[in-house]
Amino acid sequence: MTGTQGSLEQSAGTRPDGAGFPLVFELSRKGRRAWSLPEAKVDAPELDELVPERFRRSQAPALPEVSERDLVRHYTRLSQRNWAIDVGAYPLGSCSMKYNPKVAEEAAAMPGFAALHPLAPDDLVQGALELLGTLEEALCEATGMDAITMQPAAGAQGELTGLLIMRAWHEANGDARRRVIIPDSAHGTNPASVSLAGYEAVEVRSDERGLVDVEALIDVLDENVAGLMLTNPNTLGLFERDIVRIATAVHEVGGLLYYDGANFNSIVGIVRPGDMGFDIVHLNLHKTFATPHGGGGPGSGPLAVSDRLARFLPAPVLVYDKGTERWGWDHDRPDSIGRIHGFHGNFGINVRAYAYLRSLGPEGLRRVAERAVLNANYLRTLVADSFPTKYPGICMHEFVASAKPLKQHGVRAMDVAKRLIDFGYHPPTVYFPLVVEEALMVEPTETESKETIDGLADALNQIAGEAEEHPELLHGAPVTTPVRRPDEARAARRLTVRWTPE
Amino acid sequence: MDFAPHTHDDDRAMLDTVGLDALSDLFEAIDPSLQLTRPLDVPPALDEVELLDHMARLARRSRGPAELVCFAGGGSYDHHLPPVVKALAGRAEFATSYTPYQPELSQGVLQAIFEFQTLVCELYGMEVANASLYDGANALVEAVTLSMRTTKRSRVLVGATVHPHYVQVLRTCTSGLDLDVEVVPFGGEGIVDWSKVDATGAAAVACAYPNFFGRLEDLQTASSVAHEAGALSIAVTDPTAMGVLESPGTLGADVAVGEGQALGNPKSYGGPYVGLFATHLDHVRQVPGRIAGETVDADGRRAYVLTLQAREQHIRRARATSNVCTNQTLMAIFASVYLGWLGPQGLQRLGEVCIRRTAFTAERLSEIPGCEIAFEGPHFKEIVLRTPGDARELERSIAERGYLAGPSLGRWWPELSDCLLVAVTERRTEQDIVGLAEALEKELAG
Repeated sequence: MTGTQGSLEQSAGTRPDGAGFPLVFELSRKGRRAWSLPEAKVDAPELDELVPERFRRSQAPALPEVSERDLVRHYTRLSQRNWAIDVGAYPLGSCSMKYNPKVAEEAAAMPGFAALHPLAPDDLVQGALELLGTLEEALCEATGMDAITMQPAAGAQGELTGLLIMRAWHEANGDARRRVIIPDSAHGTNPASVSLAGYEAVEVRSDERGLVDVEALIDVLDENVAGLMLTNPNTLGLFERDIVRIATAVHEVGGLLYYDGANFNSIVGIVRPGDMGFDIVHLNLHKTFATPHGGGGPGSGPLAVSDRLARFLPAPVLVYDKGTERWGWDHDRPDSIGRIHGFHGNFGINVRAYAYLRSLGPEGLRRVAERAVLNANYLRTLVADSFPTKYPGICMHEFVASAKPLKQHGVRAMDVAKRLIDFGYHPPTVYFPLVVEEALMVEPTETESKETIDGLADALNQIAGEAEEHPELLHGAPVTTPVRRPDEARAARRLTVRWTPE
Repeated sequence: MDFAPHTHDDDRAMLDTVGLDALSDLFEAIDPSLQLTRPLDVPPALDEVELLDHMARLARRSRGPAELVCFAGGGSYDHHLPPVVKALAGRAEFATSYTPYQPELSQGVLQAIFEFQTLVCELYGMEVANASLYDGANALVEAVTLSMRTTKRSRVLVGATVHPHYVQVLRTCTSGLDLDVEVVPFGGEGIVDWSKVDATGAAAVACAYPNFFGRLEDLQTASSVAHEAGALSIAVTDPTAMGVLESPGTLGADVAVGEGQALGNPKSYGGPYVGLFATHLDHVRQVPGRIAGETVDADGRRAYVLTLQAREQHIRRARATSNVCTNQTLMAIFASVYLGWLGPQGLQRLGEVCIRRTAFTAERLSEIPGCEIAFEGPHFKEIVLRTPGDARELERSIAERGYLAGPSLGRWWPELSDCLLVAVTERRTEQDIVGLAEALEKELAG
């Protein structure tokens, strides 16, 4: 019944006295050390002569004092208390938790990438710039855009970049606009980025199909609308069928269309945002281009635009000089919105994305979208009786099922999620998007096999049966994990956000 | 090579279950006239052997690490990367997980974040830190917007010795907000005279400590000036200095931010890095991004969760404290393992070696005819070398002699176009330093 796919080490490192898993600080013993560093070994004055007393540290920071072996066991055991793609299926909706190829890790670790200094003269980093240039061109082709910046470190930073470009465009036209439209199913980063860009976010509702209500959209469109941000397919996993009509309506009032690339995995090689009418596109390379999610980051959120917006891209912009056959950074960009990242963005992530892209090629990219959508629909079909979708029909890379039928047994979506853990799967995203009651947002991705999805479907169906006959199994879940149902309210009420020395 | 495991039979069986004839039927919602009728025009697929050859060829086209001795600084540093750091932080259980939404399956990352928060607080002398931001520049932006929300003011004073890219990013990211960014110039000693600064009406005063030139700013005075005007004091602080230099918290900073690359992360041509962000508990509800908190589970065991999520974009949407979602957790774990490896004594040794070798470098380089140290006074791990000519040219020509130094400063300060930043970490030996000096001598003599 339990742990059919994978499970975490329940006991790893837990102390037999029941005190729980130690913090690294609790392993600390005065005088113990792991470090090995040189002495100064130069003819220079002592520290006291070089740094005036008023600048000197009065109390050493309470870093742990541990041996290297302590460190190794601590972090190894911590890692065993953590789910990961490499441990088992991770069908977290809207996150595209696909397999991250090891070859990309090997490539990114090459000293010719990993040890480059970001301010080295361009002539010394031609390989890195060529890689970036080729990646930029490929991403423009995949999105149907004309120019791109690799600076944004994640999707939300891409959003802000795109919105500031939107703003710069309108201002250049002497056209101060105030509002940006977003659907009610949008990710929270969209309205948050809109506010940060100095715009007011206006929500437009979804219709009975789960798509943007075009009439409602047209109602709010006027000369004060700077643009529309749209995720397509949307967070319900549905393709916005009316996209051409939507694009035309937004363009007619002088607005721009922003494509949130969170769900690009389902359409790569099939259809391009540029061909749908979008003007600005961000991609999440940590989703579609398979770079590791790192426990919450790093990501990479390149931002691509159509020709008419290219002059506003963050400076510097990568250029190729055909005469000298050299790549270089062009800092002379008078209309640029300015720099958005301290250096050139998450280069190491972009190297991985490039390796992935070169591994797949054009046919491979199309296969990604096809198998991602196939997997989602296969799973959707297998669990349809237990967990119906609010909006019927073929979905894209993900679907949003509802645990509402189980509510009569006192079971909530969160209970289903927790019980799924006992079957050896990471739960789907729960309670999002907000437009579906008791939402379970499931995205298997293309890298899961038919057998894995069969097992996941069996588990979900069995859980639906348990909900009816043994709801206590769901309420008591999970039982196979290092901790069970941590008290989130208490964490906020009795705030402890750091360890404090005795 | 793609990584989808589907056999032909799998495709067929799965399509049958769904009730479709062909894969193309999966995309029926997309108007056929919009769909691509050709493959994407991207480079052809490579097998794994070809791919690694190709990547190695590209990697060799850059001249960096193997050939050049690195004295480059300016926000990215060539520190020692202990092998144990990558071995642990690079573990796939950390690297291939995501934001810990399900705490039962994420105690590893959650506890690692909780420990990271503690370490950042200890370095900076603060009470609360977040799970990380994109980079040092982004952390400064978030500190400034926190100050704006807290004080309801829209003016910020930034020392000219803050990393010029950070100031540029600050201007860009706040360009849609009603914020007046004023840069306070530095004096002849390469530091700002904070005692002469009027912070009236400011939301915040931002001071780099140590600053972009490696000089030690008077953060305490900057903080006093801020507080007298009802503004917050923001310190932009190199965490590697915290073993020998007084913490920003002790010197009056309300928010301390910094770039965590130097804590065990490779230079990687500028990213992924990790933005450090710490403040006092008074401001905890204005902190951007993820925060891990301690609690107990259903059986009373200590456990960790993401907490105070009502600040964040997925709950608060347009009124969130920040738009950040994905951050730099993995780099934060690298930093944590690195700091665990160092411990307090290692951190102190690191700072001491940087300072003394930098002093030695300053002494040796100032002996070169026509060269001088631009700003006299205490330095941490960087100095500004004034040279007899265009430092940008020198930066290129010295690389031909095997040394990467810089950046040259004319790109940001025309009056410093003859100046070169030189960074000295614990990796630069006496032999390296003498070698750099001799190379400069030859270059300038030639």
